[in-house]
Amino acid sequence: MAESTGSTWSIATVVTARRGQNGLHWSDVFSYIYLLFGVLLMFGPVIWLVMSSFKTPAGLIEFPPTFLPLGQIEVEVEGYDKPLLLFDVAMEDGSTKQLAQVRRIGIVSQMVDPENPAEIFKVPIDQRTKVREFRLATENYINPLERFNFLGFLKNSVIVTVIATLVTLLINSMAAYGLSIYEFRGRNAIMLFVIGTLMIPITVILVPVYLVVTQLGMINSLWAVILPGAATPTGVFLLRQYMLTIPKDLIEAARMDNASEWVIYSKVVVPLAMPAIAVLAIFSIMWRWNEFLWPLIVLNRSEVYTLQVGLNAFQGELDVQWHYILAMTVVTLIPVVVVFAFLQKFITTGIASSGMK
Amino acid sequence: MTEIKLKQVRKSYGTVKVLHGIDLTVGAGEFCVFVGPSGCGKSTLLRIIAGLDDVSSGTIEIDGETVNNVSASSRGLAMVFQSYALYPHMSVYKNMAFGLENSKMPKPEIDRRVREAAELLQITDYLDRRPKALSGGQRQRVAIGRAIVREPKAFLLDEPLSNLDAELRVTMRKELAALHAKIGDTMIYVTHDQTEAMTLADKIVVLQSGRIEQTGAPLDIYNNPQNVFVAGFIGSPRMNLIEATANQGAEGWTLTAPNMSVPIPNVDCLTDGAHCTFGIRPEHVSIATEGSGHTKAQVAFAEQLGGETYLYCDVEGSPQITVHQPGQLPIVKGQTLALNFALENMHLFDAYGQVIVNQVTR
Repeated sequence: MAESTGSTWSIATVVTARRGQNGLHWSDVFSYIYLLFGVLLMFGPVIWLVMSSFKTPAGLIEFPPTFLPLGQIEVEVEGYDKPLLLFDVAMEDGSTKQLAQVRRIGIVSQMVDPENPAEIFKVPIDQRTKVREFRLATENYINPLERFNFLGFLKNSVIVTVIATLVTLLINSMAAYGLSIYEFRGRNAIMLFVIGTLMIPITVILVPVYLVVTQLGMINSLWAVILPGAATPTGVFLLRQYMLTIPKDLIEAARMDNASEWVIYSKVVVPLAMPAIAVLAIFSIMWRWNEFLWPLIVLNRSEVYTLQVGLNAFQGELDVQWHYILAMTVVTLIPVVVVFAFLQKFITTGIASSGMK
Repeated sequence: MTEIKLKQVRKSYGTVKVLHGIDLTVGAGEFCVFVGPSGCGKSTLLRIIAGLDDVSSGTIEIDGETVNNVSASSRGLAMVFQSYALYPHMSVYKNMAFGLENSKMPKPEIDRRVREAAELLQITDYLDRRPKALSGGQRQRVAIGRAIVREPKAFLLDEPLSNLDAELRVTMRKELAALHAKIGDTMIYVTHDQTEAMTLADKIVVLQSGRIEQTGAPLDIYNNPQNVFVAGFIGSPRMNLIEATANQGAEGWTLTAPNMSVPIPNVDCLTDGAHCTFGIRPEHVSIATEGSGHTKAQVAFAEQLGGETYLYCDVEGSPQITVHQPGQLPIVKGQTLALNFALENMHLFDAYGQVIVNQVTR
């Protein structure tokens, strides 16, 4: 089967693959129903989020909810300052007419004909239906990005994520190198100690770390977010376990080849540990991008807010601006989705080899 | 040309002693083979010479200079690993150039050396390939090439042929011998395969349980084993070793074992009734005419190889005797044979396994 090599399979062949030679086998039907269910389960909420992010505040609280972002058509009517909402009204004589609502009193709304604004109709509210059109409320995106400095938040988040990931990779791989390549007394004890720190929840060390960060004068700078989390026990553990699988002969061959420790680390071990490093990079990007509690504590000025903290600003005590939150949630999702799309092969191997996500 | 000298080298891991005082001189330009069963400490000894392991006590000298505290990279030796240990993420060229780059050699010189070594080993066509895309034999050559380019003081080879199939092993063995003849450097070679040891070595060092059992030229060791272990280890198929009792009779000395009686000429340091072991190589056992011979044996198994024949014969109460005869013999399984031992090639060992004589001549 020459076609069965991965490279010659197009997406179309995979998506339409079936077992039955002529027509559909029952297992094909079953498989596709199951797969569709899975897709709905996984992507339903995400698609709903994206759709909702384009709805107006009124559209969001509408019941029953609509799937598509629909906006009610508003018309300018002579004699009224504000634009009025347009409805289809079933008239008493059985005809249907488009009327604009002036105001609503209880279960009766007062309506006018936009063509003929002088006459006022009194219509029971169950006799009218909204006239709607497909409309994307792009202001949900534009306003926060322009008015609330969301681009600034985005920039901060990118800086934090990139620098923190680089620092994490560097120091974690160095620690892992030391704990895997060298053999010394107490090596396992140190490793156990490192793993042991996994059991301490962040809430326990929040106050002490905050005090340290304050003493170092890093409050309200991005370093306060980048540095405390740079050394992760998970990262050290993941890389160390991987480096243990690198044949000892290679390290010894490099020693015989006159290589310094730095050269062995940078030219032999790190290139060979790339799969594990890629996994850690992906994890680190996702952790840092989604980090919320710690940045919320150490970043108090809006110039240094990261996206997640910025999002929180839309959530007032009395008023939650859902339309902005939803729109900006979509924005924050994009980088993670991109990382996932391009590096999913590494993610799956990473989860398989480390048992975490 | 480098001479390597070991003086009272001992090594222990915790309480486990691996080497018990090794004294050895590997002469300049010599091809020295460490041979012994697994776990005899031969690889440890090589790693100690390389500087990858520390000694517990004793000294290592390279060209008269003690190198105990010199790191592996500064000893100027090159090692070929059993697993080849090629860097999988580098091309063949990079693999060979890596050591030279680390010693900050100018690029044109690196290029010249790598291409020269590649030429010598016929791997020029593969210089851009990754090790993954090479066959076992080619990887082996690259590993040797990586050692050659460094122009080391000596080569250390740790079972370099053990991962190859039988046919390739024979080919590579010949190439290694040719290579040594060409470059003439000191080489130390570790193997558990006594055939490799016999064919390659200028000097064989037989090791067992962390001790040197015997050192010498291949044929010297083959012809004059100093103890039962060396006698049994060197030679394939192995020497027939039979435990016997020496008895002094009216007509002289006789070695007796169950269903076996070998009259021998007078040998010094043999006492009446002493336990001893005599050894006779398969090619020195001949088939005698019925009624004569030193023993009677039943053929348990016959291997006809065309050019030669191996017979495995059972003697009741004694170990199985291997017979090696040239040509094709009309002998079948179950046949009873009278066997004669060539006394001029018989080895006699005392109760402690040490040699008494290597030729029991009349």
